Amino acid sequence: MINRRINWYRYASPGNFYPLAGKLIPWFAIPAAILFMVGLYVGFVIAPTDFQQGDAYRIIFIHVPAAWMGMFLYVLMAAYAGIGWAFNARLSSMMASAVAITGAMFTFVSLVTGSLWGKPTWGTYWVWDARLTSTLILMFLYIGFISLQSAIEDYRRADRAGAVLALVGVINVPIIYFSVQWWNTLHQGASIRILEKPTIAPPMLAAMLIMLAACWLYSVAVVLARVRCIILEREQNVARVAEAGA
Amino acid sequence: MKLAEIFHMGGYGFYVWGSYLVTAIAIGGEVLLLMRRKRSLLAQMDKDSGFRGERDR
Repeated sequence: MINRRINWYRYASPGNFYPLAGKLIPWFAIPAAILFMVGLYVGFVIAPTDFQQGDAYRIIFIHVPAAWMGMFLYVLMAAYAGIGWAFNARLSSMMASAVAITGAMFTFVSLVTGSLWGKPTWGTYWVWDARLTSTLILMFLYIGFISLQSAIEDYRRADRAGAVLALVGVINVPIIYFSVQWWNTLHQGASIRILEKPTIAPPMLAAMLIMLAACWLYSVAVVLARVRCIILEREQNVARVAEAGA
Repeated sequence: MKLAEIFHMGGYGFYVWGSYLVTAIAIGGEVLLLMRRKRSLLAQMDKDSGFRGERDR
């Protein structure tokens, strides 16, 4: 029994995690590419034209997964940053930095695609309503986290400052999620809720969920690749400082 | 569906394909920047010392 036990703490060290992350990347990147293609095929070839919105609704297949990823990745980033701060775990803080850029990218995509969807359906690219404004704030929180970290030279201090910002900003995520219920807004309510029947047709739902899975797999792959860069950068600089001091 | 219909998207071609184009650029851009970051990092390490071979397994 004892021989079969895996020492997970081993992988909490950046030096040991580096080769493991490298081996894992293709296992996420390749399925992500396949699922993106399957999702687009189902979304554009199999899913029928919507009787109300025509073909404009097909933006949903990227808009909704991107918006979800923007929110999920923020919570994930805050959790990593918080754990890294509370337990002084370097790798956890590095993961938070690695997640931030991907989260910002998805939030940007959700804002732009939402705006391109708003024009034909609402008649405007942008309105200052609760859902849109809180999502814009999410984008600024990501940008704030990234620029705060890059402005502080000492890595551990940068991690701590970023963790404070990330954890305070988490309050914005439930605000985004529930904004369509709490306030009167132009944005439609959720199409899918846990424990309730979805309000969209099966092939449309399938395409959306496949695209969501693809976005998840993609995120894991790029975050692992980025955390490898971060590990190298930090190790390299630490080695340089040590050399200069010796 | 014919090719022209696919581009036209029932009159919503600009919005639908614009959305997917922006997404493709954002994802492609992220991957490209990441690859460039890794490449320049490895090049820098090669210049500094020989510990790339040991790390880049």
